[in-house]
Amino acid sequence: MRFSAHLERSRAMLRATDRRPAADSPTVSGPPSNWDYTVDRVFRGLARTATWLVLLLLVAILWEIGSKATVGMAHHGLGVLVSTTWDVGRQQFGVLPHIWGTLYSSLLALAIGGFFGITMAIFLTQDFLPPRIAQVFRTIVELLAAIPSVVYGLWGLFVLVPAMRPVADWMFARLGWIPFFGTTLSGPGLAPASLVLAIMILPTVAAVSQDALRLVPYRVKEAAYGMGATRWEAILKVMLPAASTGIFGALVLGFGRALGETMALAMLIGNSNQITLSLFAPANTLAALLALNFPEAGPREVEVLMYAALVLLAITLVVNLLGEVIMTRSARRLAAR
Amino acid sequence: MKRWLTALVLGLCIISPSSVAQSDDALRLTGSGATFPFPLYAAWFKTFGQKHRGVTVDYQGKGSGAGIQDLINRTVDFAASDAAMTDEQMAKVPGGVQLLPMTAGEIVIGYNLPGNPKALKLPREVYASIFLGKTTKWSDAKLKAANPGVNLPDLDITVVRRADSSGTTFVFTNHLAAVSEEWAKGPGVGTTVNWPKSDKFVASPKNDGVTATVKQTPGAIGYIEYAFAKFAKVEMALLQNKAGQYVAPGGEGGPAALASVQMPPNLRAWVPDPEAPKAYPIATYTWMLFYKSNKDPKKAAALREMVDYCLTEGQKLSVQMGYIPLPDNVVGVVRKAAATIQ
Amino acid sequence: MTPDAGAAVTPVADAAVRLERSPFERRALRSLLLTTATWAAAIVAAVPLVSVLYMLIVRGGARLSHAVFVELPPAGFEMGGGFGNAIVGTAVMVGLGAIIAIPLGVLAAVFLAELGPTSRLAQAARFATKTLTGLPSVLAGVFAYAAVVLATGTYSAPAGGLALAVLMLPTVILTAEEAIKAVPKITRDAAFGMGCTRSQVVSKVLLPTALPGILTGVMLAVARAAGETAPLLFTALFSSYWLFDGLRPQLMQPTASLAVLIYNFSGMPFDNQIELAWTASLVLVLMVLVINVLSRLLGQRRA
Repeated sequence: MRFSAHLERSRAMLRATDRRPAADSPTVSGPPSNWDYTVDRVFRGLARTATWLVLLLLVAILWEIGSKATVGMAHHGLGVLVSTTWDVGRQQFGVLPHIWGTLYSSLLALAIGGFFGITMAIFLTQDFLPPRIAQVFRTIVELLAAIPSVVYGLWGLFVLVPAMRPVADWMFARLGWIPFFGTTLSGPGLAPASLVLAIMILPTVAAVSQDALRLVPYRVKEAAYGMGATRWEAILKVMLPAASTGIFGALVLGFGRALGETMALAMLIGNSNQITLSLFAPANTLAALLALNFPEAGPREVEVLMYAALVLLAITLVVNLLGEVIMTRSARRLAAR
Repeated sequence: MKRWLTALVLGLCIISPSSVAQSDDALRLTGSGATFPFPLYAAWFKTFGQKHRGVTVDYQGKGSGAGIQDLINRTVDFAASDAAMTDEQMAKVPGGVQLLPMTAGEIVIGYNLPGNPKALKLPREVYASIFLGKTTKWSDAKLKAANPGVNLPDLDITVVRRADSSGTTFVFTNHLAAVSEEWAKGPGVGTTVNWPKSDKFVASPKNDGVTATVKQTPGAIGYIEYAFAKFAKVEMALLQNKAGQYVAPGGEGGPAALASVQMPPNLRAWVPDPEAPKAYPIATYTWMLFYKSNKDPKKAAALREMVDYCLTEGQKLSVQMGYIPLPDNVVGVVRKAAATIQ
Repeated sequence: MTPDAGAAVTPVADAAVRLERSPFERRALRSLLLTTATWAAAIVAAVPLVSVLYMLIVRGGARLSHAVFVELPPAGFEMGGGFGNAIVGTAVMVGLGAIIAIPLGVLAAVFLAELGPTSRLAQAARFATKTLTGLPSVLAGVFAYAAVVLATGTYSAPAGGLALAVLMLPTVILTAEEAIKAVPKITRDAAFGMGCTRSQVVSKVLLPTALPGILTGVMLAVARAAGETAPLLFTALFSSYWLFDGLRPQLMQPTASLAVLIYNFSGMPFDNQIELAWTASLVLVLMVLVINVLSRLLGQRRA
């Protein structure tokens, strides 16, 4: 057959799969043509290249960080991980308080933001509100992810901290023997920072969980109702497990954001290199350390900062791995039932 | 709809590459560095651009160290720094670097006390020991002795310092080291130092962060650049200088401090502890850094014109914006040195 | 699905079962309590969000006017002024970032979800994406600085676009992968049954079905990128002048952006600048709202 006729036939077949067939055109689809195969191969090649590029991007970033970090590691050794002094003048560096602060603030923010985000997602997708209003609120929640972190920092400083002060003082006075409330609120500190972080990751967690919940076919929920489940049994025992991978993805994104957040945290965490359990005391995080010191750092300080960056990426990795282990365990338990 | 969108995107792709190869109708100069003089420089460059058609100057405040890095990497046309440059840094600049002091400023100690007492007097050892973490309450005996008429509450002193590396910290710690041996041996001098570990020491980024935290926290004290404290209406303390006098910031104290120091030939003058009786204790020059050998002679000429403008017209804006105008003899010296920008 | 463990098998005589539930039965009570708790939680979560929005609207709205879109940033004691160049700069740089991140991200997600989900490459790429979610924005800026700014010798808009793309990529990939995986198997298998090649299945069936989910991810990524300051400080710096010189954009020059403008102005001691910083934040959120609404309209599947 001549090539142009070939082309015409494959075009006709593609059109047949596109729209509803007209009354007089054939409805039987045929095998793919040569052109289709070529397009297919090119497309798959592109997708594979894209995936390689993503991998290469991580490698490039790790290279960029690692090349300076290894010099830093050679100079200062593993002691940096357990020391608490950050003294540029004397070239003594330690990031233990920063690791502590990062984990404390991010995990706290994930717990609060994750809980409220998922609750918000359930609230907006499980027929608690009329559909139109739910849609409006869903859009508003997505929009809140656009607010620049500087604005959250300013809000935290001008609204949250003054509002927290009387509560914190009361808690210190009555419950000061509990180590979590062991100091007075000196302005910026762990509590305001974690709360603002939670508020910042809430829209992300809510938006992605919303989508995950909406993707579960309605039939599944109806089947649960048909078996006599109450509304909440249907939600907790059926919808959430069905949407669990999506919700887990939402938590991963939220946690990543919490770990890497710099500007708002730099304004609100107090930047004090101490390890403390008290929620009202100032602390410090790896991301804030990087953001605040990098612009002015000399070459030797840059090495240690890159070392700290590597530690941060390692923490992201470890917590993600832990999360995945928990997920597979609970998925296995659910499947076994 | 999709076709329309694709056409738009393709159109943009076609237009953009052809514009990347650009013509220099307007000469664009870029600078980065210290945030301390940022408000003043922004005003200067804007009016300079309006007066000299064909030249536009952009300046971004990201920190003295970042500016010096940019200069070394040749990604800007000039830089600015509160901490001048060390010999080590100067050696790294390709072709050599010329430091020119452009303006000066004061660093004040701002405080927030219930009742807003004005003009609190801080003796030398007291403010040094507050920042060392030794004096922890406002009702301390030495503070009460220096301020007999003021009702000082029994409140904890919360010290607010800079979280980011900054030239302001460098100047402040330079002064503290000159005033207190314990400080020199302890935290020392630098753009970041090892502050005392205490719950009562909090840090905020940039001058405005410290200002906001001081204003929000009752019992707070912190070091801020004068313009910020003035416009944010933070109460500023009277500091005791070497001669024993209590001097307020913003008046004649600044020029008196600058006048007490001779400008050395390399134009790096420090005023860590001025001796003049009316001098304000914490004042500093701030420098602009230029390449001695620029790649483009037109840019070099524009830079020299810019320096000239800043030294003449620009100085009139200084006082209004909270900075100290350069003494006349210094202006002359800087003008001569600017000729080395080629 | 098996019924709850512990539910007794009711004898046939009780088959005329009450179809209504008394609200005091333990399960129903639990459900009611949880509903109340959810309402309470939703309101508690809404309070700070509403507070932030309120502050933004009240403070930002005060200076919102035509002047803001067409004038250049004021300096020092100047009154008035606007930030038209920053709006253009943000649009251009977020656009550049999106042009890099969206095709790359969606293609990679297609590979991860459909074309090679269990291959070693896919596992490595998933690991890479999850690690990249935690990348501090400063590092994205540092990377783009080393890759573009040092190579070209100048701060530029494409460098900013690259830094933003690095930040957008993980979000796009993770959400797109989930969205594509959620397309029912039946639909996918039917397309294969009709003789489609794998890429036809993807482009004609999977992507259109997964579009709402992909769009959510894209919107979140765009929203975050628009508000990031630190990466832009290292790659695009700032400029007080227009990006466009007549009709030609001067891309290889420092470029203004709303995020850096807010960072600069909120830190200045002058009221004029501080007010403009709030207005800029409001304009940023409004821009993202407009893009969000437009994309929802475009992406709606025509029935």
